[in-house]
Amino acid sequence: MASAPVSTQETGSAPPLVSLRGLTKRFGSFTANESIDLDLHPGEVHALLGENGAGKSTLVKTIYGLIQPTSGHMLWNGQETVVRSPEEARALGVGMVFQHFSLFDNLTVAENIALALPRSERLETIPARIAEVAQRYGIVLEPQRRVWTLSAGERQRIEIARCLLQNPKLLILDEPTSVLTPQEAETLFQTLDRLKAEGRAILYISHKLDEVKRLCDRATILRMGKVVATCDPRQESARSLAALMVGAQVKDVQAASNRVFGEPRIVVDQLSMRSPELHGVALKNISLSVSAGEILGIAGIAGNGQAELFAALSGEVVANTPGVIGFNGKAAGLENITQRRQRQAAFVPEERNGHAAAPDFALSENVVLSRHADGSMTRFGLLDFGRARSLAGEIIGAFDVRKAGPDPAARTLSGGNLQKFVVGREILRNPSALVIDQPTWGVDAAAAAAIRQAIVDLAAKGAAVIVISQDLDELFEISDRIAVIHQGELSEARPASVITREEIGLLMAGAALAH
Amino acid sequence: MNPDIIELVLITIVTAATPLVIAGVGELVVERSGVLNLGVEGMMIVGAAIGFAAAFLTGSALIGALAAIASGMLMSALFGLLAIGLAANQVASGLALTILGLGTAGLAGAGFVGQKRDSVPHLYIPGLSDLPFVGKLIFGQDPFVYLGVALVAGVAWFLRRTRAGLTLRAVGENHASAHALGMRVRRIRFLAVLFGGACAGLAGGYLSLVYTPFWSPGMTAGRGWIALALVVFASWRPWRVYAGALLFGGATVLQLHAQAASIGLPGQLLSALPYLATILALVVLSARDRRGSIAPGSLGAPFVPDR
Repeated sequence: MASAPVSTQETGSAPPLVSLRGLTKRFGSFTANESIDLDLHPGEVHALLGENGAGKSTLVKTIYGLIQPTSGHMLWNGQETVVRSPEEARALGVGMVFQHFSLFDNLTVAENIALALPRSERLETIPARIAEVAQRYGIVLEPQRRVWTLSAGERQRIEIARCLLQNPKLLILDEPTSVLTPQEAETLFQTLDRLKAEGRAILYISHKLDEVKRLCDRATILRMGKVVATCDPRQESARSLAALMVGAQVKDVQAASNRVFGEPRIVVDQLSMRSPELHGVALKNISLSVSAGEILGIAGIAGNGQAELFAALSGEVVANTPGVIGFNGKAAGLENITQRRQRQAAFVPEERNGHAAAPDFALSENVVLSRHADGSMTRFGLLDFGRARSLAGEIIGAFDVRKAGPDPAARTLSGGNLQKFVVGREILRNPSALVIDQPTWGVDAAAAAAIRQAIVDLAAKGAAVIVISQDLDELFEISDRIAVIHQGELSEARPASVITREEIGLLMAGAALAH
Repeated sequence: MNPDIIELVLITIVTAATPLVIAGVGELVVERSGVLNLGVEGMMIVGAAIGFAAAFLTGSALIGALAAIASGMLMSALFGLLAIGLAANQVASGLALTILGLGTAGLAGAGFVGQKRDSVPHLYIPGLSDLPFVGKLIFGQDPFVYLGVALVAGVAWFLRRTRAGLTLRAVGENHASAHALGMRVRRIRFLAVLFGGACAGLAGGYLSLVYTPFWSPGMTAGRGWIALALVVFASWRPWRVYAGALLFGGATVLQLHAQAASIGLPGQLLSALPYLATILALVVLSARDRRGSIAPGSLGAPFVPDR
């Protein structure tokens, strides 16, 4: 039962709901948070900004009781408080919506919600409680559906409903819009506005600066585990916020001039395929064509067939007939990934660790993994590690990969640097066709800009490129045409200069494919 | 065929199925919590040896059964320490447990080879147990048979209807999410493993106290492995474990009758029949269920609480 909302108070003059004082968290020799001071007031939406690895997640996990600070303390309504577990945090009035949802795919919506409620709550009463939240906040959920059948937006609504049922005074949202369509995000913002009006405090983690400007009253910016600034995001430009986050100006991607497209290089003709995964998405009748020099962007919410499409294009899953996939005019549907690489195609999967690179292998060994296809890695039938090492060095130089030691294991590199390395490994081959899935996912801004520039430059040299991404800004920045994948169906690709964000949003939600 | 003979065959099928049911439903709980304990065979054989020894020395079948349970739990605690406490590889730890169990049981039972004791008394309700055809089948079994049914019903109810059961399923489904919500993943898993060990020990005790009331090394004869396979074949659902155990028990009993009737097939082939039937059922079901199977999401993955 949601009780009367906390009284709305003037931001700034009232005592803060939460105060962090000198909060420090060390993992061994690594300092994730260093003497953080932060005040959250009732009725305030407070943004926590920072690059990946800046310490945002560690900080909110500390507030939520998942992590104990090394030193420093937390005040709750002016009282010094130690939160030992998430259960204690929830009892205090802290709710958290996780970035990677903390949901259980094979359980029902009601069961998922029950798990976060106090033990005294009876399972039979959950559907009624869900209906109550639906009425109050317009969050509609079907209690008996299993989570794996739901879209990302619906899953997030479960997380939010789960928090709201506990009547939180502080709601923490970790990158909540990264998996939503623009329309779903707008619905979320309206809910948040309403929660704010009820006098709840909201801590909003994001790296989407437009959202932060739209939604937040104050912003705290973290860099390398320290607070570098606290400001009013409405008074700042997206550019100045980005500069605060990164500590330097981020370069814009330079588009190539006078683009000329050549003959089709990647052609997919009515590809249909079942997913090998348990809860995967089947591909339905996908057709596309990318010409030399062109970049095709494929937008879509996570889990709508992107992974399956990548697997089909790369040959990790082989098609039934040769003609459905063609590279450079040759039918390649029955070929495996090595044979496709020998046709001058290159592939960069989404997951860096464990898919694009073997985490425990040295960088030179990781070079061999994809480069063995062109035969340059062997001498007299044996692997030529001297050649591999020099090639790794070339990639490291050309893509400014920062690393420790001469030839370290892949897992020791930061996300951005490893991504630059695996992208560089494929691009330095000068492929005539490149398929790249989530090129800058979880990569810091500077590395993301470098990767996008490399993709644009490759296309300018005459390669056909497919970029699968959930980041619409990225797709608009580098694509010539954009198509949308929704539940395994691909919309018609349209010029990026013509298609609007709203249209893409509707396609992402499956609206335009219905008729 | 004579209805009495049919009843007799059905009774032997049910008793042959009972150790599989008890061990299988225990392992089901373990796997639902996300742990794969391949040591069922080892825990069973230790339960059989210790159970028989305790019953022989004290003359009490109840003490024997309790000792079998305790020894199974002790074995599983060792596994839990390795696989949960130290996050060791579950497959390797489980196989090691089986090998350890076979050796330990041989050692503990060495002085009891060739000894015999009476089986436990069967239920007798005047009137009901004398009913034709169903009397002995339903009202005249040994207590373990009823215990097996009660265990299956209890586990089914626990998983489906209680909050603790829901928590256990959640831990098995996604341990990272469960941890993020503040559930004590390792504690829950350890308790599940102990329950599995108790069941496996009891199933072993059934063999040496009731089914064939003596001890001989290797007397579990791969039943622990069959119980493991049944859990998968049953898609981790308790009542399907019961059905699968009846199928396997049925095949075991029928092949014995077929051998006795000497139908002209080699005995070795007939002995392999139950295993073949189980493999076949597994293949058919898993091919059909491939996309809809409900294997617990974190099954077999060691859990290490991160930052």
